[in-house]
Amino acid sequence: MKALCWTGPNSVEVQDVPDPTILNARDAIIRVTSTAICGSDLHLLDGYVPTMQKGDVMGHEPMGEVVEVGPGVDATKLRVGDRVVIPFPIACGACAACRAELYSCCENSNPNAGIAEKMFGHPVAGIFGYSHLTGGFAGGQAEYLRVPFADVGPLVIESDLTDEQVLFLSDILPTGYMGAEMCDIQPGDIVAVWGADRSASLRWTAPGSWGPSGSSPSTIRATASTWPRPRDTPR
Amino acid sequence: MKLTSTTTVLRPPEEMYTFWRDLGRLPTFMVHLDEVRETGPGRSHWRASAPFGQTVEWEAATTLDEAGRRIAWRSVGDADVQNAGEVRFVPAPGSRGTEVHVTLSYDVPAGPLGRAVAKYFGEEPHQQLDDDLRRFKQVVETGEVVRSDGAPGGKRAREEFPQHPARPLSDDELAEVRS
Repeated sequence: MKALCWTGPNSVEVQDVPDPTILNARDAIIRVTSTAICGSDLHLLDGYVPTMQKGDVMGHEPMGEVVEVGPGVDATKLRVGDRVVIPFPIACGACAACRAELYSCCENSNPNAGIAEKMFGHPVAGIFGYSHLTGGFAGGQAEYLRVPFADVGPLVIESDLTDEQVLFLSDILPTGYMGAEMCDIQPGDIVAVWGADRSASLRWTAPGSWGPSGSSPSTIRATASTWPRPRDTPR
Repeated sequence: MKLTSTTTVLRPPEEMYTFWRDLGRLPTFMVHLDEVRETGPGRSHWRASAPFGQTVEWEAATTLDEAGRRIAWRSVGDADVQNAGEVRFVPAPGSRGTEVHVTLSYDVPAGPLGRAVAKYFGEEPHQQLDDDLRRFKQVVETGEVVRSDGAPGGKRAREEFPQHPARPLSDDELAEVRS
């Protein structure tokens, strides 16, 4: 298949690489139909994030169609033919962090967690196409992608929405949403958003679209009844 | 040399005790162990990989077996490296399952063999046991050791650094990993 590979600082190439295969029983393989490029891909591109290796496939914001599932995948959650958006963190669904819906803190999905722990002081979850510190998983800027714990993370899209309407569910919208939620926006707050990237723009459009009076990049009006606060978020 | 490590798993102590009581399961997540098999009541035969492609083997006896709480073992006879191990299961606070505390001790001999053993464990011997317990947690919580394109060999992940690139493996590479 064709895949976008990191070949050194500020250098990427589309290369021919082997198609992915099932390595763990709960893996699925998806045929990628769309993928976004993340602002944080730049940190990998320029060599800022350590433990990139030449030939690593990049990309952590893909979506596509399931073409193969491993024998351990829960068939009530995911089947061949499903259309799915793939969240960028890999989550096992079984550890204490996942049970608390803190999926980006999954305690099991990173086979290189010991190395991350040594460098950061704490382990991190596995992430697609995001250096070997986060597991050494091939990314989704490719024709096909192996998805571990495929019955946990992937969001099955059952509607006739276009790829462009749902692709942002992989990283960009939830990242902006999390930023807005962590601000604990209260009625009457005036909110300044630094950076005009996609996540930031969704940070101000997300509350605005549910709020009573629209929004602009510089101010947001939200009410407690329309914008969930962290303590109201169901677990 | 004494190594200790602890992990917390979201499973009850009784289940973890049952898991460890079958010592034959240890090689699925402990990197240096190739095989552990029971040879009789409270007796087992252990085979481990050693530096330079060698293997070491020894007989062990279970020295302590408290249901749901603790298991301990110790090498017997003329083992090359006398060693002992203990695992304790403590209920974790907040309904978070079980703290699994493992202690391994090795009576490192003097001379070339002792130096080889020390080199094998490297400058940070605790790291190896930490990784073993991380994989143990993967096995009991998710069913198997997690693999990636960079670390396709599962429990051999650390030995593989620098790793295979994070790109799918070729048929030949897959065959080698599965052999």
